[in-house]
Amino acid sequence: MSDIADRVKKIVVEHLGVEEDKVTENASFIDDLGADSLDTVELVMAFEEEFGIEIPDDAAETIQTFGDAVKFISGAV
Amino acid sequence: MFDLSGKNALVTGASGGIGGDIARALHKAGATVTLSGTRLAPLEALAAELGDRVHVATCDLSDAASVEALPKAAVAAMGSVDVLVNNAGITRDNLFMRMSDDEWQSVIDVNLTSTFRLCRGVLRGMMKARWGRIVNISSVVGATGNPGQGNYAASKAGMVGMSKSLAAEVASRGITVNCVAPGFITTAMTDKLNDEQKARILTQVPVGRMGDPGEIAAAVLYLASPEAGYVTGTTLHVNGGMAMI
Repeated sequence: MSDIADRVKKIVVEHLGVEEDKVTENASFIDDLGADSLDTVELVMAFEEEFGIEIPDDAAETIQTFGDAVKFISGAV
Repeated sequence: MFDLSGKNALVTGASGGIGGDIARALHKAGATVTLSGTRLAPLEALAAELGDRVHVATCDLSDAASVEALPKAAVAAMGSVDVLVNNAGITRDNLFMRMSDDEWQSVIDVNLTSTFRLCRGVLRGMMKARWGRIVNISSVVGATGNPGQGNYAASKAGMVGMSKSLAAEVASRGITVNCVAPGFITTAMTDKLNDEQKARILTQVPVGRMGDPGEIAAAVLYLASPEAGYVTGTTLHVNGGMAMI
């Protein structure tokens, strides 16, 4: 697993308080990991800070799963 | 009780009577305060009176860019905004049938839209800190209405609905959002009323006098304090019994 994926996973685990093995490629933050809509906003904020990037609102809306997040961030850094 | 040591507060309209007393009360409770307003001179005078733990940031609340910049300036000065008091407000009274679009829009922009933008601007920091206090200064007329103040009453009622919505969104993050609704308080805004108007108003105030800005500040201090952590989405009416709601 890439360094980016590791760092994203760490943020997700810490923020949502879920087991690491639940954070899989297709795991939906809301449907599978128990996030509410505000959690998803906070996750995006945390990603922005961790990676020093800006994630615009329209892009943030497309980030539904762990895999989405890793893919977007990998393309942005 | 009501110790704000180590907290950073941003107060808009701090050049006015109520805003000045709010800043004094928060400062006295230990907070570092950023005073905001349109006019620099009265802000600097208040800053000089308060001494240390105080910053000044002018802002034109009718200008979107200026409003967006204010929370950033406050964070740059203090390190964070833990307490936001949206106190600034204007009136442009007119009978409804004579009210121009400009009179309507300018009051909505300054009183309501700037409050929305400032709340939005401080939320990220408060969410991260898992602590925040937003106190929006509404008005008794937002609840009761007042002839000649369709624009002002709408803006102040709008603040209440906005505050409740935001309160529900961020309550789980340790952030409270409340309103204080002053009645008739001795300020430059109410000094514009003539004696006849004042006498007529006082017949509707069971306490029998105008309120003091310090009495609004005390309500704000409570809602800004750690002790008020279980109070959110409410409106605290400070009006001498003028409207018991």
